[in-house]
Amino acid sequence: MEQITFDQLKEELFHEKMANGLEVYILPKKGFNKTYATFTTKYGSVDNTFVPFGKSEFVKVPDGIAHFLEHKLFEKEDGDVFQQFSKQGASANAFTSFTRTAYLFSSTADVEKNLETLIDFVQSPYFSEKTVEKEKGIIGQEITMYDDNPDWRLYFGLIQNLYQNHPVRIDIAGTIESISHITKDWLYECYNTFYHPSNMLLFIVGPVDPEKIMNQVRENQAKKDYKDMPEIKRKFDEEPANAAEKKQVLQMNVQTSKCLVGIKALHVDQSGPEMLKNELTMNLMLDLLFGKSSNHYYELYNDGLVDDSFSFDYTQEQGFGFAMVGGDTTNPDELAERIEKILLSAKTKGSFTEEQLDRAKKKKIGAFLRAVNSPEYIANQFTRYAFNDMDLFDVVPTLEGISLSDVESLAGEVISEERFSVCQVVPKNK
Amino acid sequence: MEMETIKEKLTQMHGYKLHVIETDKYKTNTLVWRMKAPLAKEDVTLRALLPQVMQSSTAKYSTTTTLRSFMDDLYGATLFVDLAKKGEYHIISFLIEIANEKFLSDPSPLLKKGFELLAEILTNPNVTENGFDQETLEKEKRTLKQRIQSVYDDKMRYSNVRLIEEMCKGEPYALQVNGEAEDVEKITAENLYEYYKKAFSEDEMDLFVVGDVKEEEVKEIASELLQFEERSPKIAPEHDIQKRSEVNEVKEEQDVKQGKLNIGYRTNIVYGDPDYFALQVFNGIFGGFSHSKLFINVREKASLAYYAASRLESHKGLMMVMSGIDIKNFDQAVRIINEQMEAMKKGEFTDEELLQTKAVIRNQILETLDTSRGLLEILYHNVVAGTKIKIDEWLTEMEKTTRDEILKIAGKIDLDTIYFLTGSEAGE
Repeated sequence: MEQITFDQLKEELFHEKMANGLEVYILPKKGFNKTYATFTTKYGSVDNTFVPFGKSEFVKVPDGIAHFLEHKLFEKEDGDVFQQFSKQGASANAFTSFTRTAYLFSSTADVEKNLETLIDFVQSPYFSEKTVEKEKGIIGQEITMYDDNPDWRLYFGLIQNLYQNHPVRIDIAGTIESISHITKDWLYECYNTFYHPSNMLLFIVGPVDPEKIMNQVRENQAKKDYKDMPEIKRKFDEEPANAAEKKQVLQMNVQTSKCLVGIKALHVDQSGPEMLKNELTMNLMLDLLFGKSSNHYYELYNDGLVDDSFSFDYTQEQGFGFAMVGGDTTNPDELAERIEKILLSAKTKGSFTEEQLDRAKKKKIGAFLRAVNSPEYIANQFTRYAFNDMDLFDVVPTLEGISLSDVESLAGEVISEERFSVCQVVPKNK
Repeated sequence: MEMETIKEKLTQMHGYKLHVIETDKYKTNTLVWRMKAPLAKEDVTLRALLPQVMQSSTAKYSTTTTLRSFMDDLYGATLFVDLAKKGEYHIISFLIEIANEKFLSDPSPLLKKGFELLAEILTNPNVTENGFDQETLEKEKRTLKQRIQSVYDDKMRYSNVRLIEEMCKGEPYALQVNGEAEDVEKITAENLYEYYKKAFSEDEMDLFVVGDVKEEEVKEIASELLQFEERSPKIAPEHDIQKRSEVNEVKEEQDVKQGKLNIGYRTNIVYGDPDYFALQVFNGIFGGFSHSKLFINVREKASLAYYAASRLESHKGLMMVMSGIDIKNFDQAVRIINEQMEAMKKGEFTDEELLQTKAVIRNQILETLDTSRGLLEILYHNVVAGTKIKIDEWLTEMEKTTRDEILKIAGKIDLDTIYFLTGSEAGE
């Protein structure tokens, strides 16, 4: 077991790679009641074309299957794992993103028992035709719920504008039609390919004894018979650098219009420190342009184009990435135009000052401290960073090292009209 | 594992109560200022606008840009305002979170700066002559109108708001937390400033400070920067709730794909009542969790919904069920939910369900105490209810709940209103 100390943050992290390839991290948090653990596989909605375990040809699986599998893994021959966790005083959950599926629990007692339950339920699939069919009704309602949610439609509408071929454009839960094709055999095929320990990471944060917990995980894994896993082969179609569509307008049952402007990212082949720096530089740039202390925000707010729903965000993963800026507005066209103009203005050298950059960095450092108050944030983000060969605890030193010329050169490269796209939600019949 | 004992140190200051919770769990310090007054139609909209105007600019920082730049320089101090209804009270919160310099390479102290920021916002508003700055006011009126309007667009929230409107018609609790659009228009720079003075002389005010702080130091800074007139808190008038002779059923048609079913019950029990803790357990068995009757029967067995849950409004005495279902399944879903309530009334739950629910509630409370905001949310119950219940007392009492007590609770709960937001294909 390796021990890593972060002096400035006053945190210690314990790490061990198990014989079967599983990465395990433990971060003790004194004074907390809660222990939070996530067991995550590097498998999400974008992994829809791959060579199944033990086979040699690529297959394409139905949309929404990673998410469907996440739901079904909770069900066992003798009942529901949710029940098991609540008997042990824990609350359990799971989520599926574009690139990850995570199973988790939090509990303030019986941590070892709950951890055993978490690891064992994820490592013992039980899928039957009957329970697969039953789940279609439940997930069908989850999909319909999102269909009525204008913010979700706006977000996915924009991704679909930006990406022509990459499966990031597919809704994580799929559609009612696509999930109708899911069978137990498909689920096993996905499970066997992506749930090998060597493709997974276990993170435990809370008031725990790291030595004891690591021993427990080691013993648990030693009991299970995993063959060595060949490298997972995923396939993604070629994706053009430019946005696929310039604009999309969705008419919905709303009273307030919404507008999001997106930029399709560059450098989506990055990983490690390079990716960390790119993503943080992008975030700083957006903050300089649109943060609440920026002149642009002040003007947009003063002119009545945005309200407090205005926000911006940057996402980058292997093979795709996008920045998004916008919110509720009374004038979606004018807002889109103004955001694009502000973005383009950032290409001019001298549009940011050292003082502004320093302030933005301080703000980000403070935000990081706030974030690491949260066990959920630490476990989920650490895992995401690790899957991209980055280290969550490098955030502050990397931020400190970003210069004005880094921001300027990124702005010069990534901001370009061909990579912009706009998505709007407007009231029906208007 | 034994829970960390929460030591809430209380001091009566000039015009407000100071609550200090010393803990070294966090890398930031949190300051929360709360103002409580009875909910009333004539001032709910003023109260919704007031904190927004106050946080937008101050006398010293006369634009959002200068105020927010100052905060960014303090290692991104955050400032949020929030509004809530708790029972028949309307509560305004100002929340500041600021880094603890112990974890920064720059050791300049930040706690006092956080207090100065709070004091600036509370006591030094951007006022000219007898009113708030006109430009700030106009912008914030516009934003408030949009915020009120946006409830319509989030159907889950909308249906919940509509249930309460229908269920509590004529009671102050039916008022919306953000007030009413037509009343926003009537607000002027002058009458809002008048209301500001009134609120700061009449509201019940509390300051919570959570973090790696020393009580003595906090007291010193607070008494230096924040002093107000003494006042005695206003008590909301009691309302007699008549039991309905028949269930109020409301269907509203809109262009939606998913129906939203919201059901309201009167529990006739509020925080501070001796059977409040047993009510928590009741709600837990009935619908609070993923092992509860609603989740098992509406979702897992009948596959009707993705979510089906119940929650309590502790100070108003309400229990509300919410579920998103296919429009054609309204009757079936209502029937299943009614059956679950019947089962509760007949005591059809196992000892295991009872134990399981207590364990999960205990876990939930202990987890809530791990976040500074959750912690003070729990402590604030005592302010609203005028009680002095300690958290460990809360847990002990809850865990003592017996089957008989739950049956007694079941006897007190009345179904009041069934609200359904339905699509245009209803009845097909």
